Amino acid sequence: MIGGLFIYNHKGEVLISRVYRDDIGRNAVDAFRVNVIHARQQVRSPVTNIARTSFFHVKRSNIWLAAVTKQNVNAAMVFEFLYKMCDVMAAYFGKISEENIKNNFVLIYELLDEILDFGYPQNSETGALKTFITQQGIKSQTKEEQSQITSQVTGQIGWRREGIKYRRNELFLDVLESVNLLMSPQGQVLSAHVSGRVVMKSYLSGMPECKFGMNDKIVIEKQGKGTADETSKSWKESVGGGKQSIAIDDCTFHQCVRLSKFDSERSISFIPPDGEFELMRYRTTKDIILPFRVIPLVREVGRTKLEVKVVIKSNFKPSLLAQKIEVRIPTPLNTSGVQVICMKGKAKYKASENAIVWKIKRMAGMKESQISAEIELLPTNDKKKWARPPISMNFEVPFAPSGLKVRYLKVFEPKLNYSDHDVIKWVRYIGRSGIYETRC
Amino acid sequence: MTDSKYFTTTKKGEIFELKAELNSDKKEKKKEAVKKVIASMTVGKDVSALFPDVVNCMQTDNLELKKLVYLYLMNYAKSQPDMAIMAVNTFVKDCEDPNPLIRALAVRTMGCIRVDKITEYLCEPLRKCLKDEDPYVRKTAAVCVAKLHDINAQLVEDQGFLDTLKDLISDSNPMVVANAVAALSEIAESHPSSNLLDLNPQSINKLLTALNECTEWGQIFILDCLANYTPKDDREAQSICERVTPRLSHANSAVVLSAVKVLMKFMEMLSKDLDYYGTLLKKLAPPLVTLLSAEPELQYVALRNINLIVQKRPEILKHEMKVFFVKYNDPIYVKLEKLDIMIRLASQANIAQVLAELKEYATEVDVDFVRKAVRAIGRCAIKVEQSAERCVSTLLDLIQTKVNYVVQEAIVVIKDIFRKYPNKYESVIATLCENLDSLDEPEARAAMIWIVGEYAERIDNADELLESFLEGFHDESTQVQLQLLTAIVKLFLKKPTETQELVQQVLSLATQDSDNPDLRDRGYIYWRLLSTDPVAAKEVVLAEKPLISEETDLIEPTLLDELICYIGTLASVYHKPPSAFVEGGRGVVHKSLPPRTASNESTESPETAPAGAPTGEQPDVIPTQGDLLGDLLNLDLGPPVSGPPLATSSVQMGAVDLLGGGLDSLMGDEPEGIGDTNFGAPPPAAPARVGAPIGSGLSDLFDLTSGVGTLSGSYVAPKTVWLPAMKAKGLEISGTFTRQVGSISMDLQLTNKALQVMTDFAIQFNRNSFGLAPAAPLQVHAPLSPNQTVEISLPLNTVGSVMKMDPLNNLQVAVKNNIDIFYFSTLYPLHILFVEDGKMDRQMFLATWKDIPNENEAQFQIRDCSLNAEAVSTKLQSSNIFTIAKRNVEGQDMLYQSLKLTNGIWVLAELRIQPGNPSFMDLELSLKCRAPEVSQHVYQAYETILKN
Repeated sequence: MIGGLFIYNHKGEVLISRVYRDDIGRNAVDAFRVNVIHARQQVRSPVTNIARTSFFHVKRSNIWLAAVTKQNVNAAMVFEFLYKMCDVMAAYFGKISEENIKNNFVLIYELLDEILDFGYPQNSETGALKTFITQQGIKSQTKEEQSQITSQVTGQIGWRREGIKYRRNELFLDVLESVNLLMSPQGQVLSAHVSGRVVMKSYLSGMPECKFGMNDKIVIEKQGKGTADETSKSWKESVGGGKQSIAIDDCTFHQCVRLSKFDSERSISFIPPDGEFELMRYRTTKDIILPFRVIPLVREVGRTKLEVKVVIKSNFKPSLLAQKIEVRIPTPLNTSGVQVICMKGKAKYKASENAIVWKIKRMAGMKESQISAEIELLPTNDKKKWARPPISMNFEVPFAPSGLKVRYLKVFEPKLNYSDHDVIKWVRYIGRSGIYETRC
Repeated sequence: MTDSKYFTTTKKGEIFELKAELNSDKKEKKKEAVKKVIASMTVGKDVSALFPDVVNCMQTDNLELKKLVYLYLMNYAKSQPDMAIMAVNTFVKDCEDPNPLIRALAVRTMGCIRVDKITEYLCEPLRKCLKDEDPYVRKTAAVCVAKLHDINAQLVEDQGFLDTLKDLISDSNPMVVANAVAALSEIAESHPSSNLLDLNPQSINKLLTALNECTEWGQIFILDCLANYTPKDDREAQSICERVTPRLSHANSAVVLSAVKVLMKFMEMLSKDLDYYGTLLKKLAPPLVTLLSAEPELQYVALRNINLIVQKRPEILKHEMKVFFVKYNDPIYVKLEKLDIMIRLASQANIAQVLAELKEYATEVDVDFVRKAVRAIGRCAIKVEQSAERCVSTLLDLIQTKVNYVVQEAIVVIKDIFRKYPNKYESVIATLCENLDSLDEPEARAAMIWIVGEYAERIDNADELLESFLEGFHDESTQVQLQLLTAIVKLFLKKPTETQELVQQVLSLATQDSDNPDLRDRGYIYWRLLSTDPVAAKEVVLAEKPLISEETDLIEPTLLDELICYIGTLASVYHKPPSAFVEGGRGVVHKSLPPRTASNESTESPETAPAGAPTGEQPDVIPTQGDLLGDLLNLDLGPPVSGPPLATSSVQMGAVDLLGGGLDSLMGDEPEGIGDTNFGAPPPAAPARVGAPIGSGLSDLFDLTSGVGTLSGSYVAPKTVWLPAMKAKGLEISGTFTRQVGSISMDLQLTNKALQVMTDFAIQFNRNSFGLAPAAPLQVHAPLSPNQTVEISLPLNTVGSVMKMDPLNNLQVAVKNNIDIFYFSTLYPLHILFVEDGKMDRQMFLATWKDIPNENEAQFQIRDCSLNAEAVSTKLQSSNIFTIAKRNVEGQDMLYQSLKLTNGIWVLAELRIQPGNPSFMDLELSLKCRAPEVSQHVYQAYETILKN
């Protein structure tokens, strides 16, 4: 199991050091600093073995978190734990920075004592932790309160405490998708997938039982042939508006979801944590709506000049607006000057990033825009050709590129007298670019 | 709250000030002081001098302060054991506190104080806490047992904590169950033999129930524990799999990977014909792909594991090539791993896409990545024949870029392509030669020189090219020197007239002016060959080369199986067994996949993959040139060390190579299989076996009693002379092989026909088809005086290194004595390899017989046998050929028989006995086996047994 956990600043100074096992000595702290943080080369692996001691590390801004062990631990678990540790810290004091860590070191030690015991991760749900790790000294808890805390921390529903009350029962569902694309210069889709998340903010009283439904192909087909003729409609008709049903390649759920029920009936039922959490993640690869198409044209004019023309086309309902559009066109390292003309938005050559950055605030569907640039090059004797990194794009669209639709979210709370109808529900779809690249 | 100020106090006299503050009356001041102490501790300052003052602050109802003091205690108690005792009272008292959080805190902290004296005081509170009414306290106490066990294992056993811990597995609270499982698993690791976890269907059922209810971490503990269980049959395996599969949708990647581990392991027990097997395969792909959208560090862990899974069961991800395409912004460690998997998944169906990608990668920035991409193109060419042409033209394009490291890498792989597809792409040689000057890495230079030498007859100025290398001969690395020597000798053999001077030059450089023994030796060998018999030299140096296999750097199958059992853990990230990186006894128990239990599937398990199967699953790696020649000189043939098989084989390696690789390549292959090529020779007939029963005492006893009652065991041929005295400076060796009660031995008779006393005998075997190796050193107790003869029985095992021999049953032996080393080879009768448990179940026999394709059937005649069916059957049984059924068809007796070889290969036989003339029978033997090349030798064994 995890033998110790260290947090360093960018200089390699220790901010937090907690050792759980006897086989990890103080020299381990220095070994990591010397061999990883101060290493001359770029990090070649997130797992490093130094003198039979294994170091797992993740970086958050300029803070290093390292877990150390001498045993054959579950490596996936260690990384999951490190991410979780970051989440917990962020939930307590915001951004993970040197300043914040130093300011909260007592709290961090208290957390580390609670969520790792002898190197075994324990309950690390912030909801539960916040009930008894408060930094307020000991509150005079009543016996009931105490046993409520312990039963929540160890219980089946460790992510929610009893007795939550809201005057207004309300919930928010955000369907957040990032659409990823790799396209060849000829416009052939090399790979495309959507990775989506359903994030829920729940402000519900009691211990509500929720059931979530979406237009999952398997479920819809199960429910009979009644809707079959609708599903056969060509997806093009509903571009931007979503399809009747979508094929989900795979999905994973927050630990509150009853997985065995999903496995057998494909129904998603759960008791939600209070506040914000990620209900599910999913991935689709079929019939993805690619909101933008990038058409690059790069021409080398002699050895000292490049002509670049890039056309972008929006491919969704004209009534919808895409926002925060940004196209990055990489330029060679020996660029000496750039002249840009664009039809819409603003374009700038950023020498420090070796790219032309073209920004458009808003763009409606079924539109087209163009940029052309002349790039002057310094003559070099470097034989190596320029690697031509892909043109990448960023944007945000108000629909789910996978076509996912929330069909229902039902809430049952048998003990309290509010019903599904009394709950105010909000649903929002946001599609963002993930890695959206076109080779040129 | 700005606690960061505590990090900045570095002035002198600090300790003294702190001491004063700690003893202050004001609570706030005290707390501030303790915080300062902890901050100093964190940055590595020694604040142990404040021990008594800090401990004094322990008695407080401020939980935050208490926790800080405990933190200090955990750090310094070990350095101040006597003072630590001061704290005991408070701990014991806290364990009785009405607040469960405080009870748990006390027991948790106490377990972390690794002082012997304290552990004694810990027992009573711990016992209470294990039975506490509050689950939070119980789950903490469960982990505490593991802590205590780490400090004092005996104490834990004596106090009966293990039993209490076992009881907690049935606790009503899922988190208590999970922690108890984690603690027990850890304790069990340090007692591999004890049956601590006592997994049985009932306890497994409890774990599976808790699995649905506990935290994500608890699920990991339980799944990791489940993976250690071996279900009793395929039905149980399936039902566990069914209950584990929902975990594949968990958001926590570690839960998913641990579930994958359980499924991959238990799948081994399921029959491939089951519908469920197919369902399971399909269910595994999506979650594995999803892991690739996790954070990069987890992607890395996932990719390392997928690399194993793809090797074990390529069918799972064969359609998912695209997800392994490299993204421009992937961290380099993710890129390299993806590339590796892409090559493994490359097939005819997707090769066009893969090549296009690889070409793209070859223009990237990172040097390592680019090199690997270029190398990958070469591997595609070798793996998918249809793509070879395209790969070669891609490589030529890349050579045109003139990027130094790309060119070098391309030349290295083109050399391999030449070897795989001789006489196809030699037209590109001219292009390669243009780049001669830019090569500065030894591997690329060696590859280029090999190409020039190999195709000397087609390259007009080959002599000039090679001569140009010769100028700086002594500055080259050994690899290049060796290659140059061989290439020039080749050139000379092909164009003797113009190159005599050159060859003399290189021979003298290699033999007279070099200090490198490898080089010198090879030089002398060539020199002598050329001067004594140029025809023979030609045969040796220009001999046909063995084909290279398509798959490289595959993990050796037994290791792969072991690593599959470690999916998700560090071992799977390092691709090494835990014993390679974990100190001490922990986690070094070797794990292996469960055997398949259902019907005829066993014959399909990897251990018995048909010999020479086109899949080439176990390429035999050609030892690098350096090793071979090193061994030629390294003539200390120490007696083999008997002991664990692993140790034996590693110790023997050197000596085995001495006659194996080394001699072989001198005689048969050409010796210039360019150093460091990782391409294998044709797959061996019998892959390394996995622990076959060598002398499973009990079953042998049963066989004896149920058998014919002849204690003689298998048929033993009379001794024959293997090594005549003339050839061995007076040592004559004759011998034979026997198999008795499950053990094989080599009965030797050594006769000293020389005039001097012989001592210091030792024996080694070359790698052979079935891994035969001496199980003990050759024991010749007294020196062997002239004219004296000794009889020795040398026990053998079959755990040695495996290499396919021709003929299959050829065994090359080296015997050493004080005079010299002698080599001879002999053929062993195959029936010494027939194991005692070679009796197949009837049903299985029928199924297997049908399952083996007809082209694997071989027919033989055994004429003039004087036995009837009964006698034949009895006689064969004593040599472990078992009759499973007998039938009489139209007056002819039909016997159905089975036998199993030590490496797990089954041979099925149908023996038709037809009366030929009144007293002699004619037998017709049909053999079916997945490795048809053994049939001939099995037939010979039949004949020998039946005729003697």
